[in-house]
Amino acid sequence: MLKILKLILLLYFSFNFSYANEINTKVDQITKNLRCLICQGQSVYDSQSDFAVSMKLVVKNKIDEGKEEEEIYDYLKNKYGEWIVYEPELNQNTFLLWSIPLILFAFGGLLIIRKVSIK
Amino acid sequence: MSKNIKFLGLLLTLIIIFIILLKGLNVSKDYSNEKLKSKIDFSLNAKKLFSDEIINISDLFDKNSPSVVNIWASWCAPCREEHQFLMKLKDMNINIIGINYKDSPKNAKNFLNSLGNPYSEVITDNDGTKSIEFGAIGVPETFIISGKTNEIIKKYIGPLTSENLIEIKNLLEENA
Repeated sequence: MLKILKLILLLYFSFNFSYANEINTKVDQITKNLRCLICQGQSVYDSQSDFAVSMKLVVKNKIDEGKEEEEIYDYLKNKYGEWIVYEPELNQNTFLLWSIPLILFAFGGLLIIRKVSIK
Repeated sequence: MSKNIKFLGLLLTLIIIFIILLKGLNVSKDYSNEKLKSKIDFSLNAKKLFSDEIINISDLFDKNSPSVVNIWASWCAPCREEHQFLMKLKDMNINIIGINYKDSPKNAKNFLNSLGNPYSEVITDNDGTKSIEFGAIGVPETFIISGKTNEIIKKYIGPLTSENLIEIKNLLEENA
């Protein structure tokens, strides 16, 4: 009887533990994509500043509320602007940024094809 | 001939890079989200500093006219500097809501007892999450928030100055 009880308790706690772990990895994953606005060059994940500590808590609370990753980014973009996320949005200003690698890639491919076909 | 094309290609690439970098020089590197008109979630609950009572923040705002929200802490030296200006705003009968950021209630109360209390109500933000709802990055920060639309009309990062006072007064009148 006692053994069964122990087993149940063990299962219960291990389940709880893995659930907490899962949330923490999700918080880590999201905060790695957030720029710490008062400590340039660091992500919210890396920083221990007051701002970053609170931000981690906010992200955790949002996950507990059942918010999706994208919803959290949108929420923070609404509060702090696009600068808060590392990945720039595709718009008029960032069009070149996103398209140049693709153009260069295609150009490189063409060069290779030409070289190969000449041989 | 192909040498010429190569040279022209190189020149063109260099010119494009030059133009992009030149344009980049004029871009302001200061981080500022002052222009953001984000909405505040008025369903937020918060604890009052003086009575420990938990209230809904919508109760603090005047529904018809804009209010001033000031994030402060007793440990923050610039907050001490700007306090005189908040007192002046209070004398102009302006509704100022204080958010006490990561502070001990005892120190916060001492601060207000010795320098005067400009706030109609002070709510506490022990973990800093409420300040994030306002889009704050630290202390002190001051916001003008519309009671009608819950939107941020104006945001001041850092301590207020005497020039800001006139601007705040005008903004409040314009948006009343």
